[in-house]
Amino acid sequence: MDTIIPFEGIGASVKRKEDLRFLSGRGRYTDDINRPGQTYAWFLRSPHPHARITSIDLAAAKTMPGVIAIFTGEDMADIGGVPCGWQIHNKDGTPMSEPKHPVLAQGKVRFVGDAVALVVAETRPQARDAAEAIMVDYEVLPAAADMPQAQAAGAPAVHDDIPSNICYDWHIGDKDTTDAAFAKAKHVVKFELVNNRLIPNAMEPRAAIGDYDPTTDEHTLYTTSQNPHVIRLLMGAFVLNIPESKLRVVAPDVGGGFGSKIFHYIEEAAVTWAAARVHRPIKWTADRTESFMTDAHGRDHITQTELALDTDGKFLGLRVVTQANMGAYLSTFATSVPTYLYATLLAGCYQTPTIYAQVKAVFTNTVPVDAYRGAGRPEATFLIERLVDVAARETGIDKIEIRRKNFIRPDQFPYQTPVALEYDSGDYFSTLDMAMKASDWAGFEARRAEAARHGKLRGIGISTYLEACGIAPSAVVGALGARAGLYEVGVIRVHPTGSVTVLTGTHSHGQGHETTLAQLVSDRLGVPVANVDIVHGDTAKVPFGMGTYGSRSLAVGGSAMVKAMDKIVAKAKRIAAHLMEADVADIEFDRGTFRVAGTDKTKSLTDISLAAYVPHNYPIEEIEPGLEETAFYDPKNFTYPGGCHICEVEIEPETGAISVVNFTAVDDVGRVINPMIVEGQVQGGVAQGIGQALLEACVYDPQGQLVSGSMMDYTMPRADDLAPVSVATHTTLCTHNPLGVKGCGEVGAIGSPPAVINAVVDALRDYGVRHVEMPATPAKIWSIIHSNAPRMAAE
Amino acid sequence: MYDFAYHKPASVADAVKLLAADPDAKLVSGGHTLLPALKHRLNKPSSLIDLSGIADLKGIKKVGNSIVIGALTRHVEVATSDVVTAAIPALAYMASHIGDVQVRNRGTIGGSVSNNDPAADYPGAVLGLGATIHTSKRKIAADDFFQGMFTTALEADEILTAIEFPIPEKAGYAKMKNPASRYVMAGAFVSKGPMGVRVVINGAGPGVFRQSAMETALAASWAPGAVAGIKQDADGLNSDIHGSAEYRAHLVGVMAKRAVIAAG
Repeated sequence: MDTIIPFEGIGASVKRKEDLRFLSGRGRYTDDINRPGQTYAWFLRSPHPHARITSIDLAAAKTMPGVIAIFTGEDMADIGGVPCGWQIHNKDGTPMSEPKHPVLAQGKVRFVGDAVALVVAETRPQARDAAEAIMVDYEVLPAAADMPQAQAAGAPAVHDDIPSNICYDWHIGDKDTTDAAFAKAKHVVKFELVNNRLIPNAMEPRAAIGDYDPTTDEHTLYTTSQNPHVIRLLMGAFVLNIPESKLRVVAPDVGGGFGSKIFHYIEEAAVTWAAARVHRPIKWTADRTESFMTDAHGRDHITQTELALDTDGKFLGLRVVTQANMGAYLSTFATSVPTYLYATLLAGCYQTPTIYAQVKAVFTNTVPVDAYRGAGRPEATFLIERLVDVAARETGIDKIEIRRKNFIRPDQFPYQTPVALEYDSGDYFSTLDMAMKASDWAGFEARRAEAARHGKLRGIGISTYLEACGIAPSAVVGALGARAGLYEVGVIRVHPTGSVTVLTGTHSHGQGHETTLAQLVSDRLGVPVANVDIVHGDTAKVPFGMGTYGSRSLAVGGSAMVKAMDKIVAKAKRIAAHLMEADVADIEFDRGTFRVAGTDKTKSLTDISLAAYVPHNYPIEEIEPGLEETAFYDPKNFTYPGGCHICEVEIEPETGAISVVNFTAVDDVGRVINPMIVEGQVQGGVAQGIGQALLEACVYDPQGQLVSGSMMDYTMPRADDLAPVSVATHTTLCTHNPLGVKGCGEVGAIGSPPAVINAVVDALRDYGVRHVEMPATPAKIWSIIHSNAPRMAAE
Repeated sequence: MYDFAYHKPASVADAVKLLAADPDAKLVSGGHTLLPALKHRLNKPSSLIDLSGIADLKGIKKVGNSIVIGALTRHVEVATSDVVTAAIPALAYMASHIGDVQVRNRGTIGGSVSNNDPAADYPGAVLGLGATIHTSKRKIAADDFFQGMFTTALEADEILTAIEFPIPEKAGYAKMKNPASRYVMAGAFVSKGPMGVRVVINGAGPGVFRQSAMETALAASWAPGAVAGIKQDADGLNSDIHGSAEYRAHLVGVMAKRAVIAAG
C-alpha cells in the first residue's frame, strides 16, 4: 500500500468531478427527463399588467388537436396560494399585508406573464396552439408600473384589499440615538440612489414535470430547484395539501440558479396538481421569453440615505429610508431580502455606532422580486460604499484613509453592530492592503495620465465590503419572522469496502459541490475523492435539507457533514478498539488510519467498514452493525465574509464607451477548501456585479409592459465586457463552525458593483459628477459628459 | 413555430415559381432573422422556400471594376475572401464585425440586404459603396433599393441574386454597437470612387440614409476634420432604452469621422 495518493483534502485545487458530464453535454436536467405517457403544458399568460378577467371561453380551445385538458383559476379555487416564507411586521407591530398568490389567476391579472390558464396536450406546440385559441375578455385597468406610481395619490391598487400598495413599513435600529448623532455631526452627507432591477437569466430556463401514480397515490415533481425539500414543504403543506410521505421532489442537474430557483413557483404546483387530474405526467419547460417574464427579478430599491461624521471623519450615525419593490405578489423569500438581508448589513465593515433604517415594501404590477445572488447585501454594500466615497470627497479626507479610520479593528471581534448582527471575525485592513498592492494602487496616477494621453478617462474605484451569509441560525431567523428553520442535513454512508456516499440537503447548480464536499470526506476519512459520491436534489434519497442559497452550502451543509463524520469516527474507533483488542481511549485516528497509540498496530477505514457490515468478529452486543451516520447542523451565527475589490475603468469621452480594464478581488471567505473553485465563484460573482454596474437594466414602461424582455434589449455580460479578474484570499477563520469556512458564492456580486461605480465616478471627476446610477451605460456616460461640455476640450 | 410547407428548389427560376404561387411564402437563406421570428410565432408563413440548394447564388468574383457577391454568400466568406480584402477591404472588415461567429457562419449577404433591418451592417455598405442589386428580374441601384425600415424595392415574387460592388478608391466603416443586441446603434460607411463620395448612416435611423452634408464636405476635402464639425439632426432618429436620438445623432458624427480615418 505504498501508492502515493495525491492530496485531495482541504486546500487542494481538485478538478471538478462534475465537469466531464456538464462540459460534454451529458448532464441530466429536468427537461432531459421524459416519463412514460408524458404530456406537455403551456401556460396562457396575461398580456396586460393589470386587468380584471371578465370571462374565459375555452370552447374552441378544447376541441383543438391533442388537447387533453384545460384548467383555469376557477378549477383551482379551493387550493392554496403559493406561500411567502417570511413574515415581516410593521413598525406598529402589525403583520405585513400578505395577499394570496393563486396558482392560476382568479378574477384579476397583476403582471404581464401572470398565468391565466394551463393547457395540457399531447405535444408542446399543440398545447400552445390551444392556448392561443382561448378567448379571454379582460377589463384593462391602469397599472402601477413602478414604486412612485404605486404610491401616488389615487394609484391603482394591485390587490383590491390593499389600497395603499404597501406590503409593510418596517424599521430597525434606534431612531433617537441616531437623531442625536446627527445633531452633533460636523458633516452630514446626503445621497439618493437606486439599486437597479435585474433579471437573473440562469442558463437553463425553469422546467417542471408533474407525475402521479394512482396506484400508490404518490406525486412526483421534477423541477429546476435549488432546494427540493423546501419546495416539497411549501407545495405539499400550503398549496396542494399532500403529505410529505406522498410527495417526492427531484431537482436533478440544474443549470444555474443565482437565487431565482429558490422560490416555489406556480408552475410547479400547477403541473403537480394537474398530473393527478389527467393521470399522465405533464412537462412544462419555459422558453427564454417566459424566463424574462416570470422568473423572480432581483434588487429594485430606491433609497435616501444620510451619513453623519465628526470633524475627524469618524462615522457617527447612518440614516436610511428605502423603498423595495415586491412586484405583484410575495415570492417565497421576497419580504426578508430588503429587511433582514439588507438593513442588518448597513454597518458594513465600519464602526458606525448608531443606525436607523426604514423600509417600505411596495406592490407593483410587475413580476415578483426576490433574492438574486447576494440578496439584500449588494444593495446595502452599494449604498455604504458609494456613501463612503462621497463622504471622503465632501470632507476632503482620502478615500482609503476614511475607510481605515472607521474599520472595525481585528481586536474588536466579536463585534456587535447597532443593527442586530454580531460579527465573529475579519481583518479588513489586511484585505485592503493586499488589494491595493495587487492592483498597484500607488501607480494609478501614472496609468491615468497615460490613458489621458490616448484621450481616455481612467478611473479607479474601491469597495471594502462585508456580508452575512451561511444562513442561518434557526432560532434567530424564527424570531425575525422566518417560517422555516435554516439548519442543514448530512448523511455519511461508509460502504462495506470503504467508498463513501454523502447525502446532503444542499443542492449544487454549478457550484461544484460534488468536488468540494467530497474533499471534506477525503480530508477527514482519507478516502480518494473519486470514491466519494455526493447525492443531492431528491427528497426520496436525502432525509431533509434546506438547500443552497445565501452561500450556505459549505458553512452549514459542510458542517453537518463534519458532525456526521465525527459520529462515524467515534463509532469506528470503538470497532477498531475491539479488533485491535485495545481501549477505545487509546485509538488514534488520522485520515483513514486507526492506530493504537504508541504502537504500530493499525487498521484502515476499510478494515473497520468491512467489519461493520460483516460482523463476524464484532462487539454486536454493544455496537450496531453498519457504518452510516446522520447529522443535523444548525449554525450558531451567520458567517461574515468580507474583503476589498478594486476596479479600474477607461471611458472614451467621444462615445461614453466604458471598459473595465482591471479588476482585483481580495476576499476573506474563511478557510478555503478548493482554491480553484473559490476563484471561479468569485470571478462569476464579479461578472454579475459588473453586469449590474454597467450593463443590466430591467425596464418596464410606464404602462407596465416589460421592455427589456429579451436578450435583444437586456444586456447580459459577455466575455468581452469583462476584464481579467485577479482573485486572492486572506483568511480569518469563522469562529463558530467546525470548518472555519465563511462562504464564497456571493462575495463577487456583493463587493464589486460599488467598486465599478466608484471607478466610473472617479474617471468623471472633472465633470462635476457625484453619482452615476447603475447601469452606467455608454449613453448615460455620454450624456453626463455632454451636459458638462463646457469643461471639455474641443474635439 | 407554426407548421409550414418546406421547399428546397435547385434553381432561381423554380424558387421564383414557388414564391409567385404562394403569397404567404417566405424565402430563407441563413435563417438568422427568420428562424427566431418563427420560433417566437411572430411570423406565420405558409411555406418556406430554402434557397440553400441553388448553387448559382453562391460565390464571390471580380468582374471588371466590380466585385460581385452571390446572395447566398455567408458573412464569413466575405470577411475572409482574398478578392474582397484586396479590392474593398472596408467591406471585408464590415463583414468580419457582423454579430458573432455563429451569425457570420450562417448569415448571408442576400438575406441581410433583403431584410433591410435598420440596425444591420450590410445595407450601410451596399448604399455606401453605391452597389447594384441583381435580382431574378432586373438590376436595382442601391439608391433606389432601400425604402425604410424592413422595406425594399423587391417585389413579392422577386429574389435578390447578387450584389455588385464598384471598387472604390477608398472606403471605411465604423460603428457603435447596441450593448445588448450588438446590432448597430449608429454606424457610418464612407467611400470615394466611381459612385462619388458617399456617407451612409446605418443603425441610427429607421433605415439607412445618405448624410448629404457630410458628403458635400468630404467631396470638398477628404479628411476626418471635414465631417467632425457637421451636426446630424436628431429629428427622426431612433430613440430607445439604449440611447436617445440625440445620442445617436452625436454618434453619427463620431462614426463618420472614424470611418474616414479608417478609409485613410
